[in-house]
Amino acid sequence: MTTITVTVNGKPYTRDVEPRTLLVHFLRENLNLTGTHIGCDTSQCGACVVHLNGVSVKSCTTLAVQCDGAEVTTIEGLADGAILHPLQEGFWEKHGLQCGYCTPGMIMAAADLLKNNPNPSDDEIRHGLEGNLCRCTGYENIVRAVRYAAEKMNTVNAD
Amino acid sequence: MIPSAFEYFAPASVAEAISLLEQYGDEAKILAGGHSLLPAMKLRLASPGVLIDINKIAELRGVVINGSINIGAMTTWHTIEHHDGLKSACGVLPEVVAQIGDIQVRNRGTLGGALAHADPAADAPAAILALDAQIRTHGPGGERTIAAGDFFTDMLTTSLEPNELITAIIVNKLGAGEGAAYAKFPHPASRYAIVGVAAYVKMNGDKVSACRVAVTGAGPMPTRQGDTEQAMLNSDGSAEAIAKAAEEAGANMDVLGDIHASEDYRRAMVKVYARRALTTAVARARR
Ligand SMILES: Cc1cc2nc3c(=O)[nH]c(=O)nc-3n(C[C@H](O)[C@H](O)[C@H](O)COP(=O)(O)OP(=O)(O)OC[C@H]3O[C@@H](n4cnc5c(N)ncnc54)[C@H](O)[C@@H]3O)c2cc1C
Ligand code: FES
Ligand code: FES
Repeated sequence: MTTITVTVNGKPYTRDVEPRTLLVHFLRENLNLTGTHIGCDTSQCGACVVHLNGVSVKSCTTLAVQCDGAEVTTIEGLADGAILHPLQEGFWEKHGLQCGYCTPGMIMAAADLLKNNPNPSDDEIRHGLEGNLCRCTGYENIVRAVRYAAEKMNTVNAD
Repeated sequence: MIPSAFEYFAPASVAEAISLLEQYGDEAKILAGGHSLLPAMKLRLASPGVLIDINKIAELRGVVINGSINIGAMTTWHTIEHHDGLKSACGVLPEVVAQIGDIQVRNRGTLGGALAHADPAADAPAAILALDAQIRTHGPGGERTIAAGDFFTDMLTTSLEPNELITAIIVNKLGAGEGAAYAKFPHPASRYAIVGVAAYVKMNGDKVSACRVAVTGAGPMPTRQGDTEQAMLNSDGSAEAIAKAAEEAGANMDVLGDIHASEDYRRAMVKVYARRALTTAVARARR
């Protein structure tokens, strides 16, 4: 066992973990933050995407011990209290989900995308979400949801 | 799925990493970006007893451009993709890297890790061969430099010694009269290359004075295409010359078939993508 301290959604947690514990299992099982999902065994689906020191990563392909001293943001940390993040609002307004399984990873990946490219074209949105698979929506409404969020974030920033 | 248990070390220097490699021998594996190793460990295709995480070794990260280009082994795809200096000194590298996997893979995966892993469908090895790069390594006996052409020896196998670390990759800047390009047919789900071809061309006036072409994805390891290179040499680099040279691509290498593409199909695609890569490389060399 190794003792690690990880700041998750602004709150520091100190826990003993085995080195083989994946970040996604640490979040779900040690911290009970079950918003981050596991959708595959091959690092391909993106259901597990979180931000590690501000950068989107697949938490199923990162060891918890590698996050000692780091800051992690999960889907639970995205809203500002009761006010939804523009991406969460966009997925709601534009019907960007059906079963919702892919949604947390989709939103965390989209948040990283918008940080680097605040005004993406539809093509850039699709390309930027290449690492996220959805079995339900056919992606159309996901693209609309991300565009909605980009527009909203740009108006807020312009104010 | 969860990897089998291992001991974990995160050394802060290259010397410390090498002494750990010496101490644990065959049991130990280096952990770089983890995007080839951890998926293999989750599926229990690999179960090292010791992981030596080199992410804390700051000197292994970053790009330095002076006479030539020095890319630290732990430089991520993300850094290479967005590096303005690289875009002007050797634009083909960011171009290749932008086609790897997805944003999250590129945020973690590293150039050193990809070369050491030597996946037969990886993109960077083809570019490294076409650019005739040098791979700098450190081991118990000190430093050595391996030419890209001597580095890949078989499927998932390199000339790296078990207790050696890749520390940097050295690439020449592309100057006037030189052009390089990469043409890739990606697997639609994983984005790995079903076939990928990297080409480098140097024009001396109206004649091709140097040419290197490397294929990935098609065979057990990334492979230079000597016959295509010879056919390009001293030609005028015209569409006809390129088409003729591209016909030779794949002729003298093992090509593998699998559920994604048969051997025949891959052989046909090697020619098509060789032609595309050479066409762009020549156009860039003429600019
Ligand atoms: C979903 C997905 C899609 C992908 N798509 C593509 C793609 O389209 N194209 C592509 O090229 N790749 C692709 N990859 C692979 C990805 O680019 C890997 O990150 C890369 O191949 C390995 O680099 P790494 O830093 O993650 O290495 P690791 O996984 O950490 O290590 C790989 C191997 O190299 C050894 N090693 C690592 N660094 C060193 C070093 N400095 N010295 C000595 N040995 C070392 C390790 O011990 C291990 O055996 C994909 C991966 C995933 C998960
Ligand atoms: S769970 Fe599928 S990519 Fe992480
Ligand atoms: S909404 Fe069901 S997987 Fe995307």
